[in-house]
Amino acid sequence: MHHVDPNVDVNLKINNIPVTVKGGTTIVEAASKVGIKIPTLCHHPDLPVRATCRICVVEVKGQKRFKTACNTMVEEGNEIYTNTKAVREARKTILELILADHPMDCLKCIRNTNCELQDLANEYNIKEIPFTPTAEVLPIEANNPSIVRDMSKCIKCGRCVEACQAVQDVYAINTANRSHEFTITTAYGKDLSESTCTYCGQCIAVCPVGALYEKDDTGRVWEALDNKELHVVVQTAPAIRVALGEAFGMDPGSVTTGKMVAALRRLGFDKVFDTNFTADLTIIEEGNELLQRITEGGTLPMMTSCSPGWINYIEKFYPELLPNVSSCKSPQQMFGALAKTFYAEKSGISAANIFSVSIMPCTAKKYECTRPEMNSSGYQDVDVVLTTRELARMIEEAGINFNNLAEEEYDAPFGLSSGAAVIFGASGGVMEAALRTVYEVVTGEVLQDVEFTAVRGYTGIREAEVDLAGTKVRIAVTSSLKNAKTLMEQIKKGESNYHFIEIMACPGGCIGGGGQPFRATAAIKANRAAGVYEIDSSQELRQSHKNPSITEIYEQFLEKPLGHKSHELLHTHYTPRKI
Amino acid sequence: MCKQLTEKDVCEIIASHQASKEKLLSILLDIQDASGQNCIVEEWARVVSAELDLPLTKIYDVITFYEMLSEKPRGKNIIEICKSTPCHFIKGVNIVNIFEEELCIKMGETTPDNLFTLQYTSCVGACDIAPVAKIGDEVYGNLSKDKIVDIIKSYREAAICQK
Ligand code: SF4
Ligand code: SF4
Ligand code: SF4
Ligand code: FES
Repeated sequence: MHHVDPNVDVNLKINNIPVTVKGGTTIVEAASKVGIKIPTLCHHPDLPVRATCRICVVEVKGQKRFKTACNTMVEEGNEIYTNTKAVREARKTILELILADHPMDCLKCIRNTNCELQDLANEYNIKEIPFTPTAEVLPIEANNPSIVRDMSKCIKCGRCVEACQAVQDVYAINTANRSHEFTITTAYGKDLSESTCTYCGQCIAVCPVGALYEKDDTGRVWEALDNKELHVVVQTAPAIRVALGEAFGMDPGSVTTGKMVAALRRLGFDKVFDTNFTADLTIIEEGNELLQRITEGGTLPMMTSCSPGWINYIEKFYPELLPNVSSCKSPQQMFGALAKTFYAEKSGISAANIFSVSIMPCTAKKYECTRPEMNSSGYQDVDVVLTTRELARMIEEAGINFNNLAEEEYDAPFGLSSGAAVIFGASGGVMEAALRTVYEVVTGEVLQDVEFTAVRGYTGIREAEVDLAGTKVRIAVTSSLKNAKTLMEQIKKGESNYHFIEIMACPGGCIGGGGQPFRATAAIKANRAAGVYEIDSSQELRQSHKNPSITEIYEQFLEKPLGHKSHELLHTHYTPRKI
Repeated sequence: MCKQLTEKDVCEIIASHQASKEKLLSILLDIQDASGQNCIVEEWARVVSAELDLPLTKIYDVITFYEMLSEKPRGKNIIEICKSTPCHFIKGVNIVNIFEEELCIKMGETTPDNLFTLQYTSCVGACDIAPVAKIGDEVYGNLSKDKIVDIIKSYREAAICQK
């Protein structure tokens, strides 16, 4: 009898320790409740279960065969043993078989010291492999600006496939062939660049080993930092400051803004700026664009444009809906355009000598900065994008003791930002930031409570209706491309009655980006989001239009929102790319 | 046989199966039969993907999963060699090597004249006459070098007669 009723208590014993859990709990979950760790490899808590690796086997009294603990539900009266000789030996054999087919290149592997397979080999005290080595060296695929695939290291766990299909509904990659030839691939073995891939990097984020990673651009940044001719500026995305600490053993969600700024200065960046500044600017431009679309009968619903994974998705899957996407560049690209125009002018440094680096939680940002249209300054606006993980590696390589750094402040003129900007890092943040400004602009009243908590969160599609001086504005917020698809289908069928939709490609928004520190789960992402909201609520300045640096840049340079200069530097266009 | 398959032909095949997702295998087999290359190239898989509203990677997975389907052009005659244990060990004859030498191709490849493709298959249920190879519906057992040479010759001659 299976007790999958989540309201029914199930009593069982694990290693003779009594435990009571609700029906529908897996053995892995029940064990963790009493502090017993069962190893898992193909299983990831945020993904559908495949149960193919069998590393999680346990003995259940009265049953002849081992059970896989990641997908077996507990049953009343179960007596489960997770640590018998037979179990340990079975797990060891499974590991040895995986390792016989693995390059074991740890010393030169991107996941060295942070690899789930390496951890297991260590935990299970693997000293030699009794099987004939079968590992093949396969070509490394690195033909796009964002994602590297090294299938020699793939252990065929299928997590990336679940991320790409069940979470993102993109189906760029899948399983193919069978038995010894079984593999993970695009259709017809094409490059990712010729597939439906959006470069969101969610496959990387869940890969347990070094088979998937971002294209490493740290070399180019080191080179620029060493080049005395270049003035190297850096911008930091909202979501990285609450995740970077994880790479140095801090709790997820730890706010590391000041330490991060200090570390960037020690790495040698000439100016340390904040993407949050252009996030505030995005709100001014996008807020005005929304009002213009509403009052002048423009295409609605308007959709946000700051997530490049989402832009890649809509260009490939719903090109007919591109007119709905805000023409605003992402904050990263607005920053890039201003660094090599406004800042170049102001500082008297020629744009040709400015090297612009951005630190992003995102792999799709690497592709975004190479788009040919992202050159409004006359140069490539952003030269290199590094992920949070790459920055962490540079900090380590430079021998900087991150945890002990004294906090430092950002540089002017792109250093000051509002609480509305930092929440761009979490799903719902752009919408909330926009409402904080649009409300006051339209009603002329001061917003009493700036927190629109209805749009915050991790899952599903959140909706709200806001009364703007008599005009009811209906909004929707979501993250993950699968959820985006639901909203797109509504629009196509004419069933969408929203005015404004925020979409982030990654589950939970940028805090869950494909470039963030490894081993994130929904729980860890929730901590990161809490960090973002903590920064916001601890700030005096919480609305973009009240940021004095924003007022200044319009007075000194941009003139007015949606004005001529804005259109030249801060807005963009999109390209249908149906695959 | 040499007629080029067009998108219209592919759509007709799909329509003859009511464009039903459940009929994917039959659709793919029919396209492969009509292809003249004994395979389903990407172009036709894309048509199936669009018509059945199935991701291309799902179709590719199916094509590569079944030995009877191929994503790469294959010869007119598929020589399938059993890779199960009895065929490998009982007689100690390495028939794979003999086929490879006689046809001047490696396992998985197709001869330049498009006449033969060599590939493995799972057990064909003729272990009593191992080692075994299957060509089309014919099963050839108790293979030796001489027998293999004769078999290949007979298929070559049949092809010439057809011309
Ligand atoms: S993936 Fe893990 S186990 Fe494999 S070489 Fe890299 S670090 Fe070592
Ligand atoms: S980057 Fe995103 S879209 Fe591309 S393969 Fe990975 S999960 Fe799929
Ligand atoms: S690439 Fe990584 S996540 Fe995907 S199957 Fe291989 S090991 Fe698993
Ligand atoms: S973790 Fe349970 S089968 Fe892989």
